[in-house]
Amino acid sequence: MQVVDPERVARELGLRKGEYERILSVLGRAPTLTEVAMFSVEWSEHCGYLHSKQWLEFLPREGRFEVLVGEDAGGIVYDGLAIVFKMESHNHPSQIEPKQGAATGIGGIIRDILGSGARPIACLDSLHFGPLDDPRSCYVAKGVVEGIAWYGNCVGVPTVAGEVWFYPAFRGNCLVNVMCIGIAPRGRLARAVAKGVGNAIMYVGNKTGRDGIGGCSILASQEFGENEEKRPSVQIGDPFAEKCLIEATLEALATGYIVGIKDMGAAGLTCSSSEMAAAGESGIDINLDHVPVREEGMEAWEIMMSESQERMLLCVLKEHEEEVRNIFKKWGLEAEVIGRVTDTGRVTIRYRGEVVADIPAKELVRPPVYVPPRERPTYLDRINDLSLDNVPLPEDLESAFRQLLSSPNLASKRWIFEQYDHMVQTNTVILPGKGTVVLRVKGKHWGIAVTTDCNPFYCFLDPYRGAQIAVAEAARNLASCGAQPAGVTDCLNFGNPEKPDRYWQFTEAVLGLSDACRFFGIPVVSGNVSFYNESPFGAVYPTPTIGMVGIVEEIDKVVGGHFVKEGSIIVLFGETKEEIGGSEYLRVVHGIEAGPPPSLDLSFEKRLQEFLISCVRDRLFLSACDVSEGGIAITLAEAALSGDKIFGVDVDFASCGDLREDVLLFGESCGRVLVSLEEEKLQVLMDRAKHWGIPCVVLGKVQGEHIVLRKGKKTLVRLPVSQAFEIWEGAIARYV
Amino acid sequence: MRFGVVVFPGSNCDYDCFYALRDVLGQDVVFLWHKNTDLQGCDCIILPGGFSYGDYLRTGAIARFSPIMEAVRDFVLQGGLVLGICNGFQILLESGLLPGALLPNRNGRFICRYVYLRVENANTPFTCLCTPGEILRIPIAHYQGNFFLPQDELGILTERGQVVFRYCGPQGEVSEAYNPNGSVGNVAGIASSDFRVMGMMPHPERACEEILGSVDGRKIFLSIVAWLEEKRYAGCGS
Repeated sequence: MQVVDPERVARELGLRKGEYERILSVLGRAPTLTEVAMFSVEWSEHCGYLHSKQWLEFLPREGRFEVLVGEDAGGIVYDGLAIVFKMESHNHPSQIEPKQGAATGIGGIIRDILGSGARPIACLDSLHFGPLDDPRSCYVAKGVVEGIAWYGNCVGVPTVAGEVWFYPAFRGNCLVNVMCIGIAPRGRLARAVAKGVGNAIMYVGNKTGRDGIGGCSILASQEFGENEEKRPSVQIGDPFAEKCLIEATLEALATGYIVGIKDMGAAGLTCSSSEMAAAGESGIDINLDHVPVREEGMEAWEIMMSESQERMLLCVLKEHEEEVRNIFKKWGLEAEVIGRVTDTGRVTIRYRGEVVADIPAKELVRPPVYVPPRERPTYLDRINDLSLDNVPLPEDLESAFRQLLSSPNLASKRWIFEQYDHMVQTNTVILPGKGTVVLRVKGKHWGIAVTTDCNPFYCFLDPYRGAQIAVAEAARNLASCGAQPAGVTDCLNFGNPEKPDRYWQFTEAVLGLSDACRFFGIPVVSGNVSFYNESPFGAVYPTPTIGMVGIVEEIDKVVGGHFVKEGSIIVLFGETKEEIGGSEYLRVVHGIEAGPPPSLDLSFEKRLQEFLISCVRDRLFLSACDVSEGGIAITLAEAALSGDKIFGVDVDFASCGDLREDVLLFGESCGRVLVSLEEEKLQVLMDRAKHWGIPCVVLGKVQGEHIVLRKGKKTLVRLPVSQAFEIWEGAIARYV
Repeated sequence: MRFGVVVFPGSNCDYDCFYALRDVLGQDVVFLWHKNTDLQGCDCIILPGGFSYGDYLRTGAIARFSPIMEAVRDFVLQGGLVLGICNGFQILLESGLLPGALLPNRNGRFICRYVYLRVENANTPFTCLCTPGEILRIPIAHYQGNFFLPQDELGILTERGQVVFRYCGPQGEVSEAYNPNGSVGNVAGIASSDFRVMGMMPHPERACEEILGSVDGRKIFLSIVAWLEEKRYAGCGS
């Protein structure tokens, strides 16, 4: 075995002192260079969840539907069909090289779903950038959108939904959280295992190069320093290869010869081989001489650490290697047997006639667990002290309304989602920008509703409540279109966990998420943690992004969020409270960033969800959308402006309680939903709301050519819809 | 009567076309792998949308060398019907089966949205169930759909009725305001001089079901069916 100064290399690759000593005791000798590399990636924060694992155990795993928790992605079962989904971060690569960073994020999450044996049917993205008027942030935002479009469009998986936020806290470290959903017959799911002594370990996909080395250990598991010269660690995407890989893999899985399969993503061959061996209680003996490489002279550790994209590792029944190989060859992909399953329980790596690594698989996938000290940050008391008395009531609420319409956080996201092919595969029933996105399932009468949610500023003000609000809002979004919330995937983005205040934010958010999901009975089936989201500008806002999937029992009954009929009645459910902390209004119009965020009543939310689902089932609504950032005023504008036809509205807030006018218009109280309906259904609806104990007020009508917002006799806003449309629709395009 | 949907590596609307034809419209349809040259007795060949070979070179520039394109050329010479959609249109141009070029969109970005099309020629195998001037609502999804042809050639094409679809407004108004990608003369689809080959950027297979928001795309596929049936009927009579 080669002799190097392994301890020094270990340190350079990010291993801690105690970890190196553990490696010595596991192996009973000094590690080789390759072994150090393998431990460094497998025990990195990104792959090993060192600081998060014990907290994630709080998350509920059970719900209304059968839950699947797999190695790389989880899901639920409905009507004999597995719906598999997962969200993952690609923050650091996207900050450094926005297009490739985001593109390879899409590639990776699609392969995670593919690895479960499911056909990827949709992608979603939750994106967080610095303000668009900051040139670097604007460059990052444009590059990320371009990367998602370039890769996602080419692979033929529609990008159907997501969210985009702009806050200064993301200037030095953007968040790119990508989610993929796949479906497969329940019995066709695959697992990431290697078992059956003598079965083949087959490498398929693209060749291995020197790109992405240390991507997960160095890039995703450390803070950004002053410079961003980590470009060599960013992977390069090849969506064409990915498209072929999807088709070839599904074809290969259908043969029944595949025992196990795993994406070679973060930590590449190291992660896939060791985790498959460990999961199958087997050993693996690999000869790297057979790995298809892009360039000559690669060292063993480089091959083991490379994060070259569009590769999968298969465990194939012996004597059927040729059949499987031919499928991948047909699609123009590499397919080589690089090793065999053994009964040693060890991952043995050979290269150029030498054993370069020989590690017990179970030890490699058992990284250390850390529970560092945590401490409530001191800023919280300072920032959560808002008093309405210190917020002057603007004389001109219409100008405040215009300002909010043009805030990129609230404005139309058309500039973004039109760059994504959101229709390919012909399943998108409710299109992006028109409410909660709903996908049909061909051959079924039911469908799948999808959403992502998280208001990072709420989480900054109160991570526990912020996380709960994210769950509640996602569930409300789904229920608004008629979907039963069925499962959650989470992507937890935080700063450096070794700093006590950041770690406190993380643990609070996980507890909030866990409590809310448990209360609603929604299982968390998969997820990802991204720490070290810090730059010289500081840590990002704590951002526990929620991806939620719901089941629409009758697809032909779903409703969109936009108004559809002149003269229909507009009704608001839920209570508007004197809450304005954390609001976009406060931030944009008054320049005040202060809390507390709105209150949340979980049991009311749960009742509201069930009420909404029952109303959609009985076709009481023409449209329904949840009231959130920007308050009722912005929700009304969205409903009026986002349909195929633009509508005016005339509403009166007189019956919403005696609140200050800005609170009425722009307050972000939770638990509210805005619907439109035919006048003749109003009485039925009012009776039902009363029966369910849901506050319900008639606000006005869909009518005219203006957005008219009144309180009694006083007109607060009167803006021609065409003007409102221009402001709202053009806001993001003005910057990019 | 049988449709064939060609599968190039990187095609991604192949199954969508297949599904629209088989499951929605009840037609006989088969996939044709790009490396084969047997067209399996198909009466109409569809080159579907997607990113054949990743479109890493010029769009469609590699696909045209696929073995099946030889067979498609022969098929065209024998009077067979070929419909190229989006990337399929690009492949037809690269193959020289249709004139012109498709440049990157004027705004430099991929565009996915519903557009309106005006039927400029309802007397083709692909539009025979439409009325002249009829307006169809069908989505586009492309990065390179900016059709270009020198003015004089476009004039000849127009005169011969080879311009089949133009982008327009909801009332049929053909103007710059309703030109999504910069195409010369708002051209969205053209046919060969014998009208047996048509290329179009919009995706009719995405507009075949009520639940997806439009059924206007059916008219194009059903026109093909009607035309082929008519031809067969005429053939029997002669």
